[in-house]
Amino acid sequence: MVDLRRAAAIVGVHEHITRYAPDKSEQQIQGESIIKALEDAGLEKKDVDGLFCASMSVRSSGINLADYLNMYPKMIDNTTVGGGSFEFHLSHALNAIYAGRINCAVITYATLARSGGVSVGTGGISRQGHPRLDPSPDSFEELYGLTTVGLYAMIAQRHMHLYGTTSEQLAEIAVTMRRHASLNPEALFRDPITVDDVMRSPVVSSPLHRNDCCVITDGGGAVVVASPEVARNCKQKPVWILGAGEAVAHQGAGKRDLMYIAAKQSHGPAFEMAGVTQKDIDMAMIYDSFTITVLETLEDLGFCEKGEGGQFVLNGRIGLGGELPINTDGGGLSSNHPGMRGLFLLLEATRQLRHEFEGTERQVPDCKIALCHGTGGALGSRHSGGTVILARD
Amino acid sequence: MTTWNKPLPTVIGETKTFWDMCRRGVLLIQKCDSCNEFQWYPRGICANCWSNDIKWIPSSGRGTVWTFTVTNQNRTQGFDTGPYVLALVELDEGVRMFTNIVDCDPKDVSIGMAVEVTFQRATDQISIPFFKPAS
Repeated sequence: MVDLRRAAAIVGVHEHITRYAPDKSEQQIQGESIIKALEDAGLEKKDVDGLFCASMSVRSSGINLADYLNMYPKMIDNTTVGGGSFEFHLSHALNAIYAGRINCAVITYATLARSGGVSVGTGGISRQGHPRLDPSPDSFEELYGLTTVGLYAMIAQRHMHLYGTTSEQLAEIAVTMRRHASLNPEALFRDPITVDDVMRSPVVSSPLHRNDCCVITDGGGAVVVASPEVARNCKQKPVWILGAGEAVAHQGAGKRDLMYIAAKQSHGPAFEMAGVTQKDIDMAMIYDSFTITVLETLEDLGFCEKGEGGQFVLNGRIGLGGELPINTDGGGLSSNHPGMRGLFLLLEATRQLRHEFEGTERQVPDCKIALCHGTGGALGSRHSGGTVILARD
Repeated sequence: MTTWNKPLPTVIGETKTFWDMCRRGVLLIQKCDSCNEFQWYPRGICANCWSNDIKWIPSSGRGTVWTFTVTNQNRTQGFDTGPYVLALVELDEGVRMFTNIVDCDPKDVSIGMAVEVTFQRATDQISIPFFKPAS
């Protein structure tokens, strides 16, 4: 494979600070985010020739957004593979920029999941009546009351059965994310919680408690990705893409071991491309739809052995000041989870690599290399996994 | 008989044999004549070797709970009235399928538990396979 390291860089980011925006459209939040992210980079509308986006509610979201913002991109990518879509977008933007087809792409997302009252994890297929099910696989699955949280809970249940993982260990992840959120003024929930608090929160789908589940917010953001030539003239120091890997995992005709998630397949190509190993990673943004998502992802990215995730997350290892700080913005568990969260992994990793929080507790000291892993879909049935590795100069 | 208030499957030619036999109380799975692999869920192509030599085979209807969750919160009509057990059952033939464990207290369900198929009549045309503790 050709050497794609540093073939493209993140040069601008913006996280829309809203967590509740009933008076705005998705496109307005995306537009406001793109404007701010370009301002961050020192670029303008005319510099953008690639538009990458995904939506939970708008079909053909790329066409609609191009229309709303009156853009005529040379490349459009609507890859929608759940929450991790944006790691896939970054991977695709890298290819397109390397190939010379575009010089500057924006990746953007917004949703109104909270103000719209969307029960992302517990809604099941519908609140009013039942839609016509697809002949397969839905007609063999939705009959049984699948929920997103239920599909993750089944993986947690078996993890506990096989490896002795405990609810207290999972709770430790939620507690750590809340500690990080307390340092983020924009986070939805900032009051510290304890393992006991998590254990006492209601069981939504056994063994997962409410505090094992991410929050639901409105929100959005944008990332600007550019070629080295464009990046050289940007306001911000570039955050280079070192490596990227993509994968899907599913039931494999009823026979695949569902305890291994897509991260198992996607991390190898990303590390190989980047020429680094797990030991080189200074901080990681790990998709945290549920606490079990973090545990399984850490294992299958190779940060610890299968089954050791429960031990790995203890004693502050994944907290700021620990060996592998993760989700330093408070994650989906406490800061924001607007339906799909993958974009926010890229935003926080970029800000850490820019040392934007220097002098505060939120900054990972001397942060040089960060990993983002987005998971979309459901671990218990079918999902995607996108790994990207980023670095500062 | 009360009206079925849970979702119903959509039946097309590709899956009609399966649902016809459910109505008669038989759980079918598929086996490929070319590569001899079983597969679940039913489909018109062998997911292993991509041949179309698919044969319907009556399953033993017996298996074990591979994993499960007691679901307390689901806003979907038919599932919004109380805890139910969502499970993946591994059939003796080696394929795993989604189901509910019924006819027992959710507290009594465990991984590895032996279960067997039981059908519930949803409409005149549709019966749906569930699993209950093995007799």
